[in-house]
Amino acid sequence: MGKHIITVNIHSLQDTVLGRGCGECQTSCQSACKTSLTVGNQSCRQLKNQEPKKGR
Amino acid sequence: MVHKFIFDETRIVLDVNSGTVHLVDEMAWEIINQYPNLDLSVLYAYLEGKHSQEEINEARSEVQQLIKEGLLFSQDFLKGLYRPPENRVVKALCLHLAHSCNLACRYCFADKGQYYGASSLMSAETGKKAIDFLLTKSGKRKYVEIDFFGGEPLLNFNGLKKIVAYGKKQAAVYNKEIKFTVTTNGLLLTEEISRFLKNHKIFTVLSIDGRPRANDRMRVFPNGQGTYRRVLENISRHVSFCSEEDYYLRGTFTRHNLDFASDFLHLADLGFRYISLEPVVASPEKDYAFQPEDIPYLEKEYAKLARLLLNYQQQRKEIRFFHFEIDLNGGPCLIKRLTGCGAGQEYLAVAPDESLYPCHQFVGRQEYCLGNLEQGITRPQLREQFCQAYIYNKESCAACWARFYCGGGCHANNIAFNDSIFSPDPLFCRLMKKRLECALYLQVKNFKKNFCLNGEFENG
Repeated sequence: MGKHIITVNIHSLQDTVLGRGCGECQTSCQSACKTSLTVGNQSCRQLKNQEPKKGR
Repeated sequence: MVHKFIFDETRIVLDVNSGTVHLVDEMAWEIINQYPNLDLSVLYAYLEGKHSQEEINEARSEVQQLIKEGLLFSQDFLKGLYRPPENRVVKALCLHLAHSCNLACRYCFADKGQYYGASSLMSAETGKKAIDFLLTKSGKRKYVEIDFFGGEPLLNFNGLKKIVAYGKKQAAVYNKEIKFTVTTNGLLLTEEISRFLKNHKIFTVLSIDGRPRANDRMRVFPNGQGTYRRVLENISRHVSFCSEEDYYLRGTFTRHNLDFASDFLHLADLGFRYISLEPVVASPEKDYAFQPEDIPYLEKEYAKLARLLLNYQQQRKEIRFFHFEIDLNGGPCLIKRLTGCGAGQEYLAVAPDESLYPCHQFVGRQEYCLGNLEQGITRPQLREQFCQAYIYNKESCAACWARFYCGGGCHANNIAFNDSIFSPDPLFCRLMKKRLECALYLQVKNFKKNFCLNGEFENG
C-alpha cells in the first residue's frame, strides 16, 4: 500500500490466461439480466472455493 | 490504457489490460495525467506551488513501480492473438417452455410471448431431447445450464417438472451437474410451485418493475389492468421460501420511469435483497424507448443508486444490484471476458418446435435459426459469425476501457440498433460505462472500509 496510490486488487487479467478458460463458469445471460450483458460480475468457478485475496 | 474517473471526490484509476484498480490521491492523479512524460523537470513545473519536490518524487516512484509491475499502463498482450476454440461445445440452453403468456406487457420483445408464431407449449419429449442435446454436446464441461423461459414458463409447469426429473437423472449418467433457472412473471407462483422450485434448487428470476405506477404502466393483464398487487403477493411468498441468493428480482425501466433508483428503493424497502433493473430494449419510435437526451439523467440515477448501495453497505444491510456486482479478485478469466454472453456459441435457445436460435431474443426470426434438436447446427456459417463476435473484432470495443467488463454488448441489442452483431449501440455503451464506474466505486469504498482507511485519498 503506497502513500499516494492504493491498489485495491492484485488480480491481473493476464494471469488468468494460463490454466483458466475452462468454460465452467455460468453463462452470462443465464443469470439475472436477460438483456443487457455484463461479464465482469460473473465468478470464476475455479477460484470460487479459494480464499479471497487481499489488496496490496 | 487506463481509465480515470472521480466519483464523489474519490479518484479511481483502472488499468484496463491488467484489470487492476487503484485508489489515488490528487498528486498521483496529476502525475498519471502526464504519462508518458514523467520527467521530473516536467512534473516539478506542472505541480509547482501545489506540492513539494520530495512529495512529487515519492508519488512518481509509486507510479513507476506500478508500471514496472505491469499494473499501470500495461499492454494488452492477447490482442490480435486470440482465436475462438475450434472444438465448439454447447453448455447452456434456454428452453422456451411456453410460447404463450398470461400477461400483455407493453414493452414485450416477444410478441406477447408468442414470438410471432402460434401459441404453443414445449412438450416434455422435446424438453428431454434438449437435455440429451445439452449433455452430449457439452464435451468435457461438468457444469451445464438450463433456463426455463417463455412467454410464461409456468404455464407449462407439468412439462417443467418432467424435464427437471429427466435432467437430473441423465446428468448423473453423464457425471454432469445441471443448474436450472426459471424466469417468471410470478403470476402462477403458488405455494406448491414455490416449494417445488426450492426443493429442486431451481434459481428464480422474478419479474417486477418497482413502484406500482411504474410496474402497472407496462406490466399488465390482457385486459389492461396492472399486475403489481397480485405479483407482489406471489413473489413475496416465494422469496420467503428461498435460501440466500436463490432468486433475483428483475425489472425493466423505460422512458416513463427514468428515475429507476426510486424503483430499486421501493423493492429494497419491501425486503427484497437481490435486485436487477434493466434498461428497456426498444426501437426508437416507441413512446417508452430511451432517447439520447435521456442518458445524462439515467447516468445520474445510476450514481444515485450507487450512493444508496453504499449507504446499505455502511448499515451492513446486504442488498445487491446485479450490475454493480463485480468480483475484482475472483471474476472471470480473460478468455471469458473476450467472448461475452456466448450466445450462438455455447449458449442456444430452443423453441417449442425444436428449432435452435442464438438466444431467446432471436427466437422466431427465421433468418437467425441455427438448426434443430434433431439435426443439430445446420447453419455453421451463421454460428461462426457469432463465434467471431468477440471484442477484438468489434471496432468500438477494441478501443474501449470497459471492454473486459462488458464483453461487447448484447448481440440482439446490437442488431436492433445497428443491424450488426459487430457494432454495439452507443447509447447502451454509455449506460454500461456508468454502471461500471459505480461498481468500481463501491468496490473501492468497500476496500477502504475493510482496511479502515477513513478520509484518506479524498479531497486530494
